Amino acid sequence: MNILIFSLILLAGAYVAGLLGSLTGLGGGVVVIPLLTLVFHVDIRYAIGAALLASIANSSGAASAYIKEGITNVRLGMFLEIATTVGAVGGALIAVFTPTNTIAILFGVVLIFSALMTVRKKHEHALQEGSRLSYILKLNSNYPTPQGEVSYKLQNIGGGFSIMLLAGVLSGLLGIGSGALKVLAMDGAMKIPFKVSTTTSNFMIGVTAAASAVVYLQRGYIDPGIAFPVVLGVLGGAFTGARLLTVMNPKTLRYIFCAAISFVALEMIYNGLHHQF
Amino acid sequence: MKLIKTLTGDRDIALLVGQVLRTGVITASAIAFVGGVLYLAKHGADSIPDYSTFTGEGKEYTTFSGIFRGLTTFKPSAVIQFGALILLATPILRICFSLIGFAVEKDRMYVVITLIVLGIILFSMFGGLKV
Repeated sequence: MNILIFSLILLAGAYVAGLLGSLTGLGGGVVVIPLLTLVFHVDIRYAIGAALLASIANSSGAASAYIKEGITNVRLGMFLEIATTVGAVGGALIAVFTPTNTIAILFGVVLIFSALMTVRKKHEHALQEGSRLSYILKLNSNYPTPQGEVSYKLQNIGGGFSIMLLAGVLSGLLGIGSGALKVLAMDGAMKIPFKVSTTTSNFMIGVTAAASAVVYLQRGYIDPGIAFPVVLGVLGGAFTGARLLTVMNPKTLRYIFCAAISFVALEMIYNGLHHQF
Repeated sequence: MKLIKTLTGDRDIALLVGQVLRTGVITASAIAFVGGVLYLAKHGADSIPDYSTFTGEGKEYTTFSGIFRGLTTFKPSAVIQFGALILLATPILRICFSLIGFAVEKDRMYVVITLIVLGIILFSMFGGLKV
């Protein structure tokens, strides 16, 4: 296979990754890593470098649209980014000492968890009574809904902050945005309405990924020949996905995609256990 | 200061941040696209490098000076890496703009919080963490 064909296949694969990622909310990175490692047998370290770039492109592209709609809680995002960036730098550091097979197994586990999180039931109520810390940090806010502005309050800031730290570590270690964990921290622990959680998570992913991507770039994980088709493909796919979202309801697609992702995850775990990486 | 404030209300800062993110992504992908086309024109017919064993990129693609040196000679891979650098810079630039936004609002607590996040990222850039 020559480079031209390799690049074109990768471009098409990354396009599908970006499309499915934006339609299901799982981000492009979760498809890019299995695609590169399982299909093209690329070393997982190159895959992580490419996935981080894909995560940043995806997040920055989507976040710009959400900010415009005024749903993203910018203060909350900035506050929690302390946790995710510390975690991400830490994750990138321990990655050197983590065998690639362990990374693959861990990736599989996180993938299955993310798939489960995506199809679970979400609560969409706004909390009326916030914790003391939420007032001190000015995190309570409001967001627009079809029924008008809804104000919400936060609780369990410490719990959410700790989960964010873990999300950061996994993001730095695996090269993914770990949006599922970020949403768990906000929607599960801090009881923020789901729509605010997802958009704020998306907003944060770029910064989290950039914190570890700089380390990976210096370590030589980002290969130009893999990077350009992945970035262009994921971005194009995410762009198309965002347009499709307004005309279709991706509910069924989400279930199919999550089943497929779980299958891929099992394959990653299986290969990891048999030292195929 | 008053002028800045009228120009940049809370909402406008958010819009500006959104604009920064969009511009950054579009610029980065445009550069990566140009680099990619140059790369394919030059190496398209070559067989793919062995990506199954990790060797890591050399200094010319992992350091600022290396990438910029390659850029002056239009080296395709250096152009792509430059696009990657712009992509990496986008979220960092976003933090800088948020910092300005919080400073204009005189929100001291969030100026400090933003500085902490920026500090962590700069530490990862220049802290010699490449191991």
